[in-house]
Amino acid sequence: MFRFVLRRLLQMVLAFFGTTLIVYALMFAGQGDPIQALAGERPVTPAQRAYLTEKFHLDRTGVGGFLYRYLDYLKNLLQGDLGQSLTGRSIGDILAAAWPVTVKLALIAMAVTILFGVTAGVLAGIRRASLFDNATLVLTLLVLGIPTIVLAPLAQYLLGVRWPVFPPTAGADPDLYALLLPGIVLGSLSLATALRLTRTSVAENLRADYVRTARSKGLARRRIIGVHVLRNSLIPVITFLGVELGNLMSGAIITEGVFNIPGVGFNLFRGIRTEDGPLVVGIVSVLVVVYLVANLVVDVLYAVLDPRIRYE
Amino acid sequence: MSDFETVAATEDQAARRGVSGEPGTPDRVGVPQKPRSLAGDAWRDLRRKPVFWISLVLVVLVAAMAAVPSLFTANDPRDCVLSRQHAGASGGAIFGYDFQGCDTYARAVYGARASLLVGALSALLTGAIALVVGMVAGYFGRWVDAVLSRVIDIVLGIPLLLAAIVLLKRVSTSSDTVRLFAVIFVLAVLGWTTAARVVRSSVITAKEQDYVAAARMLGAGHGRIMWRHILPNALAPAIVVLTIALGSFIAAEATLSFLGIGLKAPTISWGIEIDAGRVHMRESATPLVVPSAFLALTVLAFIMLGDAIRDAFDPKLR
Repeated sequence: MFRFVLRRLLQMVLAFFGTTLIVYALMFAGQGDPIQALAGERPVTPAQRAYLTEKFHLDRTGVGGFLYRYLDYLKNLLQGDLGQSLTGRSIGDILAAAWPVTVKLALIAMAVTILFGVTAGVLAGIRRASLFDNATLVLTLLVLGIPTIVLAPLAQYLLGVRWPVFPPTAGADPDLYALLLPGIVLGSLSLATALRLTRTSVAENLRADYVRTARSKGLARRRIIGVHVLRNSLIPVITFLGVELGNLMSGAIITEGVFNIPGVGFNLFRGIRTEDGPLVVGIVSVLVVVYLVANLVVDVLYAVLDPRIRYE
Repeated sequence: MSDFETVAATEDQAARRGVSGEPGTPDRVGVPQKPRSLAGDAWRDLRRKPVFWISLVLVVLVAAMAAVPSLFTANDPRDCVLSRQHAGASGGAIFGYDFQGCDTYARAVYGARASLLVGALSALLTGAIALVVGMVAGYFGRWVDAVLSRVIDIVLGIPLLLAAIVLLKRVSTSSDTVRLFAVIFVLAVLGWTTAARVVRSSVITAKEQDYVAAARMLGAGHGRIMWRHILPNALAPAIVVLTIALGSFIAAEATLSFLGIGLKAPTISWGIEIDAGRVHMRESATPLVVPSAFLALTVLAFIMLGDAIRDAFDPKLR
């Protein structure tokens, strides 16, 4: 177990260097004029140019210069210094203000997923091939097939504008109610996947030998399902939820953009729209790290939860 | 004995002769009771499914729309007059006009081309990468497989949207054609892993089969075995995965265009239309709803089609 965690950690370090190198190389290096690229389509004054050249050590050329600048970027990233956006705000501050909102939204989405997805999945798995089962299969197919860029604006229009049940946009300091509709929209995709996963898992376990044994011992049906089956079927579901939580944290770009929620995804959305190069790079770098860490945690969790899984 | 005779009596005479020495037509031996191949079973199963037919009709409709949009609307999608901003339905414009005074329906119809082009080309490119990587990894095994599998793991670990943002930012000022191919390239480069895994696993199963051993015994080289004997068996599952992937590529293209990093304004794309319609949803919702419906139905059609074919080919999943 310890060796597995250690190896997985080493893998993550490699992946971290690899991805940050790619992000960095694509964003800044190899372009005709990195300073202009940094500034997007705005003009750069000679004074700014001289300052930036010195700040980013652009006077050094060749591969050595590139690596030097990359390590510079990495050092700043690890120290939590992400630089400034083009509007002059510190990216670290922007992210610090945005994280709580994103986390709140992700938790709402997760709650929706567990409350409805897992419950409905268990029911559908128990009553396989029933009307309920088939209805959930069709519904989840619909949800899985409709892209977020359709779902989010339509939900906003129908439930926010046409029949104003929810506030259509969240605004500066959103309360729980304003985040509810975006949370449901954000969670719907993981809800559908979790439902299908739970259903398959429960249905499969119901056919297992230990269930037959339990039944022949005369145990109550409620106990068989509630204790024996659920405990075994929820292992893959929990791992999936872990991955999803990581995904949800790493920015619901579309949902936050559409509903105007000042989270991390919204800032990335705005950064892309306003051609704010440093902001985009800063946020993407952090999100990639979050994503890698989430994947690591889930892998380790998997090994802890399911002793049948052995990693050499 | 009597069983044998009844079978023999119904058998084709030519087929019988084939057994006695001539290189005749051995596959016709079972003619009276048609041989039930996997594909035959799958087709029999598919034919009875309404989902299959509905999605097939939708896919054909969208493909026709992409090929000859003027068949579906007589209006020019770029004929925009501000004076009819958000005007109601009139003439050929059955869904009225959008904020810029363009025909909403015509723009949705013409948007099919970009979406389908991106989806189909990315799926083709994805298929090519996946077949090569999956075949090589599955066939050669050992360290080749180990290295390629790690590469697949790493690419699978890259978040698609974030990577696409980084990659596409580099072509943000390029021409429309360059941008179109950049989107295709990015989607394929980030999206080939699932298909490659599927190909790899079916190659691993196929290469252990007796007919592959027989081909090797006859002196066939690696290339011939892979191309003639293994590929046909690895193709079917790959095509199913690619059909579903085509749907998600269309959705991904629309998402990137929606964000403003995919295709841009002169090109007509559902993602751009949805974004434009979203801004003015309070005044008029049709410019948002119509392209949304087109996009959702197209993506759904491809996913349902792939799902139905997979179910037909893999009875275990039922």
